[in-house]
Amino acid sequence: MTTPLIKAEKVSKIFSVGGMFGAKKYIKAVDGVDLEIGENEILALVGESGCGKSTLGRLMLALLKPSSGSVSYYINHEYKDVWSLKGKEFREYRRNAQLIPQDPYSTLNPMKKVISALTPPLLRYKIARNRREAKKMAAELLEIVGLSPPEDFFERFPCRLSGGQLQRIAIARAISVKPKFIVADEAVSMLDASLRIEILNLLLNIRKSLKTAYLFITHDLAIARYFARNERIAIMYLGNIVEMGRTEEIIQNPLHPYTQTLLATVPIPDPKLARKRELPKLRSLEIPSLISPPPGCKFNTRCPYAESICEKKVPELKEVKGRLVACHLF
Amino acid sequence: MVCIPKLRKGKIMRGLKSFLRYHILEPLKILASDKRALVGLSIVIFYVLMVAVGRLFIPLDLTPHREKRYLGPSWEHPLGTDFAGRDILAQIVHGGRDVLPVAFLTGFVTIAIGTAIGITSGYVGGKLDLAITTFIDIFLTIPGFPLLMVVAVWLLQSGIPINIFIIACVLSITAWAGLARSVRAQVLSIREEAFIEAARCLGLSRFHIVFNEILPNVMPYIAINFMLSSVSAIYSYTGLQALGLIPYEPGTWGAMISMAQAYVGTITGAGCWYVLAPSITIIVLQVGLVFLSQGIDKIFNPRLRER
Repeated sequence: MTTPLIKAEKVSKIFSVGGMFGAKKYIKAVDGVDLEIGENEILALVGESGCGKSTLGRLMLALLKPSSGSVSYYINHEYKDVWSLKGKEFREYRRNAQLIPQDPYSTLNPMKKVISALTPPLLRYKIARNRREAKKMAAELLEIVGLSPPEDFFERFPCRLSGGQLQRIAIARAISVKPKFIVADEAVSMLDASLRIEILNLLLNIRKSLKTAYLFITHDLAIARYFARNERIAIMYLGNIVEMGRTEEIIQNPLHPYTQTLLATVPIPDPKLARKRELPKLRSLEIPSLISPPPGCKFNTRCPYAESICEKKVPELKEVKGRLVACHLF
Repeated sequence: MVCIPKLRKGKIMRGLKSFLRYHILEPLKILASDKRALVGLSIVIFYVLMVAVGRLFIPLDLTPHREKRYLGPSWEHPLGTDFAGRDILAQIVHGGRDVLPVAFLTGFVTIAIGTAIGITSGYVGGKLDLAITTFIDIFLTIPGFPLLMVVAVWLLQSGIPINIFIIACVLSITAWAGLARSVRAQVLSIREEAFIEAARCLGLSRFHIVFNEILPNVMPYIAINFMLSSVSAIYSYTGLQALGLIPYEPGTWGAMISMAQAYVGTITGAGCWYVLAPSITIIVLQVGLVFLSQGIDKIFNPRLRER
């Protein structure tokens, strides 16, 4: 791997709920995660809903401030904490780290025409010198994301567009500032299955031409496998990364019990094979509460192989067979 | 060097053209597509014309004519005459002189204060938000019209010269609080929307986020409130006039109602035209404003338009 573009070091995010009346409770959405993403690299972050993957994405983009730990960005030949960046450097970071959000229906201002979503960033970073040029560039962007003729879309309001079109516009907006790093937060999960591959291929094509790196957040292992083929995948469970490594290796030979269960949920088209498949027997289907996670390994209440040590000691991420796994079994 | 002024001129013309297209022509088209809004607009335009131009055609003669008291409608007096035999139509036409400017000015002052305070409170948040909401809540508990009466009397006593702007400020004294509270609530929810996060992520300025992302979303609400507070300003203003708490010249709508009450008392019998004329005048204007507000809502809210 080349030098990482952006890295998270022991980053945690704690949300407080309640207060006012009753006891204040704390939710550790992200719990001491280490992550590195190099230039033009893809890391697919997979986990079930509520495991903190979106929060981690927002921490990487400095949209949320970490409770502890840091996210640092490689700028002017050194790593700097994104929350300590000021002025010009912060602007450069903001420009280079972009988000493709989950819900296409709310990512565009419902009161503004498509064109007025696309031009402000172009003018802000002086990519376009004036409105006219910005409009021309916006047209090119819409062509890139497959909306043509672009002029037809400029004067339309988001409420007159379909989910797929809106998501394309959101992508156009994100790539308009030529970012080096994009967090795609469940970018295709709200779209029709028929549109997903198209959008995924669009994102992959953008990566080729702009040399962007992706943190691709999804709950769907099949999509992660498609998007991050020949790249890396990270499995997240209740705020921790439990397994991280090359996509094919993890899919073919999952080591962490949680990864194994996740893989077991991916449907197999061939019924004969599906019947033969052995599912790891979970001890409990219940996801432990984030407010009071179980001591030790957070998966121990459900893990079929749990031993006594799992209830006492938090497993560290360690290298096993060329990948990182956080489990006492290895 | 020679071509610079030429270029400039082209730019200004282009700007003017796009302004005309987006801020005048398009809204008018949207208004025209809604019959009720069109009716409202016609009513409001009619009133504005009546107040602005009408008095040039219909002279106001306030000299009493004993022999013509309480006449019904006729060609000479389309709306009849009052207790002193004076033409009612002329009084109506001339009596609206202050009402419309006061109404619109009040609407403007109300939304200016309400929006500024509401957005500040909702967007900045924290302790400032707490302080402002407490302040708003205190204002909301004060009953509006009695406070207006007190302030109006105090104004009369204080010797401050009373002009339209002062009256507008007084009338919006209680109206802004409700607006500020609902704007704040809307900003609180809009602030969490994905498109605000996207704007933040793109590094767009706070100014841009407040004025170009949040404000347009609150705009339909503000526009409606402009209309509604204008409507209630008409009520309050004529009410204060009718009660004699705001100095008035004879022949305003409020004064007419006041006189009608004093001299006629009921709407039966000979004086009914004198009571009904100013009342209906006010009601029709308000209906017009409410209808128009529906169209205004459509102008600011693309989701309401059908295509």
